[in-house]
Amino acid sequence: MRERALMLATAAVAGAAALLLAVFGLGGGALVWSTLELGQREALAAALGDRMALLFMVAVALCAAVAGAAQPLIRRWIAAPARLGEQALAVVSSGVQRDLEAADGGPALQALAQAFNELARQREQLRRDIADEVARASRGVEQERNRLAALMSELTQSVVVCNLDGRILLYNNRARMQFRALSDAPTLADGAELIGLGRSIYTVFDRRLVAHALESVTQRVQRGAAHPSAQFVTVTRSGQLLRAQMAPVRAAEGDEAAGAISGFVLMLDNITREYEQESERERLLHGLTEGSRASLASLQAAAEMLEDEALEPAMRERFLDVVRDEARAMSRRIAGLAAQNAQGLATRWPLEEMLGADFVQAARRRIEAQTGLATGAGEVDESLWLKLDSYSLLQALGYLAQRLRDEFEVRALHLRLAAAPEGPRARLDLAWTGQAMSTETVMSWEMDPIATGSEASALTVRDVVQRHGGEFWFERDRVRHQAFFRFLLPLAPSAAAQEAAEAAFLRSESRPEYYDFDLFAGRESQRELDDRRLVELAYTVFDTETTGLQPSQGDEIIQIGATRVVNGKLLRGESFDQLVDPGRSIPEATIPIHGITPEMVAGKPRIDEVLPAFHAYARDTVLVAHNAAFDMRFLQLKEERTGVRFEQPVLDTLLLSAVVHPNQDSHRLEAIAERFDITVIGRHTALGDALVTAEVFLKLIPLLAERGIHTLGQAREAAQKSYFARVSY
Amino acid sequence: MTSKILIADDEPNILISLEYLMKREGFEVHVARDGHEALEVLRRERPRLVLLDVMMPGKSGFEVCQELRADESLQGTLVLMLTAKGRDTDVAKGLAMGADAYMTKPFSTRELVQKVREMLDGAPA
Repeated sequence: MRERALMLATAAVAGAAALLLAVFGLGGGALVWSTLELGQREALAAALGDRMALLFMVAVALCAAVAGAAQPLIRRWIAAPARLGEQALAVVSSGVQRDLEAADGGPALQALAQAFNELARQREQLRRDIADEVARASRGVEQERNRLAALMSELTQSVVVCNLDGRILLYNNRARMQFRALSDAPTLADGAELIGLGRSIYTVFDRRLVAHALESVTQRVQRGAAHPSAQFVTVTRSGQLLRAQMAPVRAAEGDEAAGAISGFVLMLDNITREYEQESERERLLHGLTEGSRASLASLQAAAEMLEDEALEPAMRERFLDVVRDEARAMSRRIAGLAAQNAQGLATRWPLEEMLGADFVQAARRRIEAQTGLATGAGEVDESLWLKLDSYSLLQALGYLAQRLRDEFEVRALHLRLAAAPEGPRARLDLAWTGQAMSTETVMSWEMDPIATGSEASALTVRDVVQRHGGEFWFERDRVRHQAFFRFLLPLAPSAAAQEAAEAAFLRSESRPEYYDFDLFAGRESQRELDDRRLVELAYTVFDTETTGLQPSQGDEIIQIGATRVVNGKLLRGESFDQLVDPGRSIPEATIPIHGITPEMVAGKPRIDEVLPAFHAYARDTVLVAHNAAFDMRFLQLKEERTGVRFEQPVLDTLLLSAVVHPNQDSHRLEAIAERFDITVIGRHTALGDALVTAEVFLKLIPLLAERGIHTLGQAREAAQKSYFARVSY
Repeated sequence: MTSKILIADDEPNILISLEYLMKREGFEVHVARDGHEALEVLRRERPRLVLLDVMMPGKSGFEVCQELRADESLQGTLVLMLTAKGRDTDVAKGLAMGADAYMTKPFSTRELVQKVREMLDGAPA
């Protein structure tokens, strides 16, 4: 672009020189000619006639020399100011503080650049002052929002808030975990294809079901009900049973639509396990009642027939068989019930799942605080998850420790935790060295109400143990001179333990962007995608790393990274990051570029698995990539094999950058990022590049708007027309 | 006049006692061990009364009762349902299906006999 402009300018100068030369040369010639005598004219004509071509060539050479001499001047006086102007405009519109340079311009131009820089600094200062003011003012609001988000993220119930279109505008950690468990086929997206700001809740729930619940909530609101909420239970695609409670979100006071429903809150519970347990309990109860009724009927009838004096011996024997048979059947039934009951089906007290080691820690603290006794942890199995009523169990332990100190002068206690060999239970031992105690004492301790210091409880140790469906006894280890109380406690099912572990893991991460209340305002417009404004669309910004540049010649994707942009915000917390086994070698020469070695992709999923997951992740969004044509070609080449088609519109940040800054030399991602003052971390990983691309894209949107490019359609058209679009990749 | 009675139950342990009991009471007794057989005997023997168990394989007592009531030729047949299902909803369903009486297992044989007699005496022959 720059060279072309220079050529044009040079040509213009040469033309001007030629014109000048022609005017002065011909004018001067004519003047001289008119003063000559006839003879002199003939002599001159004869002398010059043959040399006209030479004169003309001299003239051309002169013009060329002028044009050549003008080139540096053009660079200095025309091109440099133009470039400076463009840079200045970029600073003006992007709001980025960046010093302009006019190294190839004259001193005057450099002075101008400095003056501009000074102005820009002043503007920056002013803006900072204003921003500080605004920040101070809005800190309160922000704090409240953060407090809400913090609260939500710690809740153990999953919460999702949607606007009336079913677009998610707030969700918490727990919801994310739950959706992860719900996600069926494309597990790689990790549930991020289901839950995300701006995503539709209807990918999880049947639209009609939600609409029905919303309708009944609306009716209740109109009736003026105190708690206008509705509840529904649904089976997800992966067969999980979810109970959802829906409450309305009403427009805030001061809003013109105050009181009207502007969205809804869903509180979700995965009741699959509870339901299974409930059904099992129901089945047992049913078997016990109906089965017993039938048996009892046979028994009673047979017994009554046996009372018949006239009964023949053979018949008597048959009735006795019935009695024996039914008695056996009932014994079997009871035995089966007892066995299942032992697995904790009978426990109705709500128990919480807790890591055993955590509980031991808590128990030691409690005992030390309450009794001042030294406690030590014996062997503790770190892998055990318990189902506990931890509060009452801590009370019981504290109480026992206190009585040991007061009545047996015990100085130190040990806590041990191990899996019980006799079934799905754990042994928790409270052990001490020294005196044993009589059975009567143990019995009375077990049956006395738990009293610790000033706190008195109506519970006894036995009650607490029963709550857990467990056992409690005193035992002596003569070899180690130890005595201990042993509790048998229920273990948590492994799935629950895993879930809780995940929760702990998630909680330790930094809190991502989980809410965007601005989505309340946006009712989905019915317009075509192309007519919608760039700022209101949801985007998937992605990048791929590949084994090479030639997808048609066997080069493959080895990494896909993507992030989301919704409502003008970059959602780092909802990223997609996946290594892909290319099923071929990775050329040695490319490894320094992307940093992905064959070992890293070994055992990773193939593209056939990854593309459906990525497709689900990108659902309902516009795709954005830098030099998108390259990445799209890799995706398109797989369409036939995977059946996954990316049919949504695509925007290319390279082309859009060329639209807003046609005179810049480079539209490489690094160069653009530098122009926009974007800090680049982790470049050349797919996700790192996708994040930079997303930030670039967010800076481009207002610049495009200044050029009158507001809608997706306009952006696509402008990109098509840009100079770079006409150069083939 | 001896009344004909059908006992339909899939449990042999109750069937043996009921059969003995009803024979001792002087009835002509037929037995059926599932729903299909019950309907077959009903149509063939046309008993005055049927002791019908609800939980039977093939066709449940509810279904047998419903078909029986739909059959014009079997109109007058008295139905006494015997069942281990004790919930009041089950009783309601049995009566709705057209049962004349309903007894929940276990029951005393004396009461059963008494009930059968009442039903036979109360109904026009």
